Amino acid sequence: MAETTSKPTSFQEIILRLQTYWAAQGCAIMQPYDMEVGAGTFHPATTLRSLGTNPWAAAYVQPSRRPTDGRYGENPNRLQHYYQYQVLIKPSPPQMQDLYLGSLKAIGIDFALHDIRFVEDDWESPTLGAWGLGWEVWCDGMEVSQFTYFQQVGGHDCKPVSGELTYGLERLAMYILGCDHVMDMPFNDPQSPIALSYGDVFKQTEEEYSRWNFDMADTDTLLQHFKDAEAECQRILDAPYDDPKTGKRIVMAHPAYDQAIKASHLFNLLDARGVISVTERQAYIGRVRALSKACADAFVQSTAGGWTPEAA
Amino acid sequence: MPDLLIELFSEEIPARMQTRAAADLKKLVTDGLVEAGLTYASAGSFSTPRRLALTVEGLTAESAAVREERKGPRTDAPEKALEGFLRSTGLTADQLEKRDMGKKGEVFFAIIEKPGRPAADIIAEVLENAIRNFPWPKSMKWGEGNLKWVRPLHRILCILTDEAGTEVVPLDVDGIKAADKTEGHRFLAPTPFSVTSFEDYSTKLKRAYVVLDAQERADHIWADATSQAFAQGLEVVEDKGLLAEVAGLVEWPVVLMGEIDETFLGLPPEVLKTSMKEHQKFFSVKNPKTGRIEKFVTVANVETEDNGATILAGNQKVLFARLSDAKFFWENDLRIAKAETEPRMKPWLDALENVTFHNKLGSQKERIDRIAALAREIAPVVGADPDLAEQAARVAKADLSSEMIYEFPELQGLMGRYYAEAAGLPAEVANAAEEHYSPLGPSDDVPTAPVSVAVALADKLDTLTGFWAIDEKPTGSKDPFALRRAALGVIRLILGANFRSSLDSAFEAGFRSHVISDFRRVISQQSDEIQKSDLMFELKIDAENSLSSQIEAWAASVEGGELRDEIQERFVELSHELFSFFHDRLKVFLKDKGIRHDVIDACIAMPGNDDLTLLVKRAEALSKTLKTEDGENLVQGFKRANNILSKEEEKDGVSYELDPKIELAETEEEKTLFAALDAAEAKITPAMEAEDFTTAMTAMAELRAPIDAFFEAVKINADSQIVRRNRLCLLNRIRVICGGVADLTKLEG
Repeated sequence: MAETTSKPTSFQEIILRLQTYWAAQGCAIMQPYDMEVGAGTFHPATTLRSLGTNPWAAAYVQPSRRPTDGRYGENPNRLQHYYQYQVLIKPSPPQMQDLYLGSLKAIGIDFALHDIRFVEDDWESPTLGAWGLGWEVWCDGMEVSQFTYFQQVGGHDCKPVSGELTYGLERLAMYILGCDHVMDMPFNDPQSPIALSYGDVFKQTEEEYSRWNFDMADTDTLLQHFKDAEAECQRILDAPYDDPKTGKRIVMAHPAYDQAIKASHLFNLLDARGVISVTERQAYIGRVRALSKACADAFVQSTAGGWTPEAA
Repeated sequence: MPDLLIELFSEEIPARMQTRAAADLKKLVTDGLVEAGLTYASAGSFSTPRRLALTVEGLTAESAAVREERKGPRTDAPEKALEGFLRSTGLTADQLEKRDMGKKGEVFFAIIEKPGRPAADIIAEVLENAIRNFPWPKSMKWGEGNLKWVRPLHRILCILTDEAGTEVVPLDVDGIKAADKTEGHRFLAPTPFSVTSFEDYSTKLKRAYVVLDAQERADHIWADATSQAFAQGLEVVEDKGLLAEVAGLVEWPVVLMGEIDETFLGLPPEVLKTSMKEHQKFFSVKNPKTGRIEKFVTVANVETEDNGATILAGNQKVLFARLSDAKFFWENDLRIAKAETEPRMKPWLDALENVTFHNKLGSQKERIDRIAALAREIAPVVGADPDLAEQAARVAKADLSSEMIYEFPELQGLMGRYYAEAAGLPAEVANAAEEHYSPLGPSDDVPTAPVSVAVALADKLDTLTGFWAIDEKPTGSKDPFALRRAALGVIRLILGANFRSSLDSAFEAGFRSHVISDFRRVISQQSDEIQKSDLMFELKIDAENSLSSQIEAWAASVEGGELRDEIQERFVELSHELFSFFHDRLKVFLKDKGIRHDVIDACIAMPGNDDLTLLVKRAEALSKTLKTEDGENLVQGFKRANNILSKEEEKDGVSYELDPKIELAETEEEKTLFAALDAAEAKITPAMEAEDFTTAMTAMAELRAPIDAFFEAVKINADSQIVRRNRLCLLNRIRVICGGVADLTKLEG
């Protein structure tokens, strides 16, 4: 366990320490997925890789977007764009909780001073057709992470089970750095020649996106995009696995899943625009879930998903 | 006599499941031990966030040997019979005994000897079985394993202790081997240690910062919290559920009291309390002088170098953020509540159009329209102003659209009151916003303010008639829409308000719109001429019109009147069903008040049984009277007359319902009975009019002596047919008079 108990001084230092820590635990440090997602779980390194029998260990930062949470950068801790740190280890190791606690220590949380608690919080993602059991982890009454043992993803039972960690980076960092408002939080080292706060980096974008999300995004276009993504996803999945050009078996789970991610984000945007009624909401969620499930079905038919010619 | 100690050590068990799990562990293991032939003196189970523990004392060291004798087929029975017997006993033919049973011939006997088994073997089997079949509300797998537990299971401690020492019960569940080791507090004492007995275990745990007993943790928390509050002249707001939950979140409770920032003290106290409890599991601490919530108590799981200063500061910061949110919602909500819109709180009411109540019963907005119409109709009966009742019904659910209720749904109604007050609406309306959900539980207060009663009744009646109309009635233990609770609510409201109108008319009003829309739906599904049907149903539902007149109105536009008949029939059928549902609910309600079900049946059999207030008055009076001598006299007198009369009526195939004539009376006893009946009637009639059923029944009871005397002296079946008929008619008069309060034939015993 890394004995780094000194306090970090900036947002990015916390991220860097997490990266170093999880790299030392043997995780592949991946990069953020290059699409708009609502949470780190949507990254295929989590959603798809938690399926099938192949072992997996990955950690990464994922910028996440929740249009309805936009507050024009004014709320001390609500943002429409924020960062999550995500860890997925399959199968979940027996010492998963200790590994997690090690990461808190690595970012400067001293157990001699703080109260860490694992409070029941079962995780469910209706759009991913996924659920798991676990906790929200509290540090002095503040939720600092979500800890889940995945039981089902995309309608498939997880076997083996993955252990998943999600850290809400801004909130966690504000707590460690003692900031009351996210925009005041040092982004880089406050001693640097050009010291930047979180606000320097994101205040303006929060304003811009809040306005666009709530009032400007063209709903007709979004609706059309949603339908297009849905249709494309299905079209991709309907294609035969055997590629006539190369003669190879190529299951296009990832390109299809990209479309499912798109549909999910478009739904979130439509929701923020307030054009989805409560009854329609369920229907939209159901449509996205159907896509996620179809992608999961395809992934387990691919090599990374554990498919082998022998098994087939 | 060895003692058994078991501990199942896992990752954090949800607080709400711990108590039940400890009890389940005890039951599963002790039942299993007993079933396998062991006995024990006592057992106790415990839970902490990370462990379930069971101690069983005075266990027998091994199960007794069992010798069982089983009779088989005759020795000359077919081979098949013998084979079956051997299979079922697990013996071979040469192990069987042959016994001569005299007349029955020679029969095979099997002697099955089951040797005693050592306790450890049995325990290993029973515990493995308990672990594999544990009734967790939700369980999970982890890693590559197939074992299911509430969260990953790490250790099994299972030891037997007697004078000779301690032995580990050999057991391996999917690679987890039983041992004599456990761990202490996650942070304060994580090094594993061995234990030799329950006493050793609980002592060492306490030294390792774990209080094993949940009750002890709860007691400690409560004692410490109240004394810290007391020292500052404050008091902790009691919350037993929260206390139990918090005791399940810590192994080593450390109570800390913190401040609520001044800025938030202006929030409604319920908001403070709910926010602190739901999000942070804080107890509220109030100032008894002002009644305001001024501080909070949080319970940490750890002792720290700085005596909890960092923990408290962190918790206060989180609370600050939470309450900032609550304050933001409160202020936004107040802006909408205070805006001079027409009607008040219009944006919220409009938003309810988009909220589905039930896909067959429309949106919340449509529901509110129905409730408003119904409340208006009910208002005069409960003494409420119809305009106010309608207004109250229209705004009572406005808070459902507010930000505060989105965040804290459990504050519905209460926030409605605050917002209605802020909107400057009449006090009755604000009251109704809070009270119209009541009564929720059987111990919940029943509102008495007329406007609140009108809206509360309308709300529940709309729900009941609505779900009845779409055929979503409760069945067995399934009552997803809480219709039983709604019906009980109606009953209590009616009785509480002395509501004296027939339920029939309330049902009719409730069913009206549902039946209409139900038929509209059916017709638009069936008919090709949807347009025509739609035109027909364009008819506005007018509260002034009764259902039947509306049906008449449509019927005129429908050929053949088939639809009219169908609707009328459906309406009658629904009302009838809902009635018997209410009567069932009423029986449950009155049974709790000690009134027998047959007493209620006897009163339900009377006319006017849709007036619940009258029905209950009858039942209460009858129940009371039956417990006295008067009751006995009444029932006996009635029965004597009724039994003979019924028999004769059945024999003759006629009803003797004419007035008996005193001129035809032959004996003194007969004449006395006539006089007694006249005298009784003179008392009964006014008492019945005044609904003074007890007095009426006392007068009826007085008839017993003359009735008895009459039967002693008089032969009913007189030779003269005229005299006989007159006497039977006299008995009928007794029956009618004594049956005025309840149908006494329905009484049991």
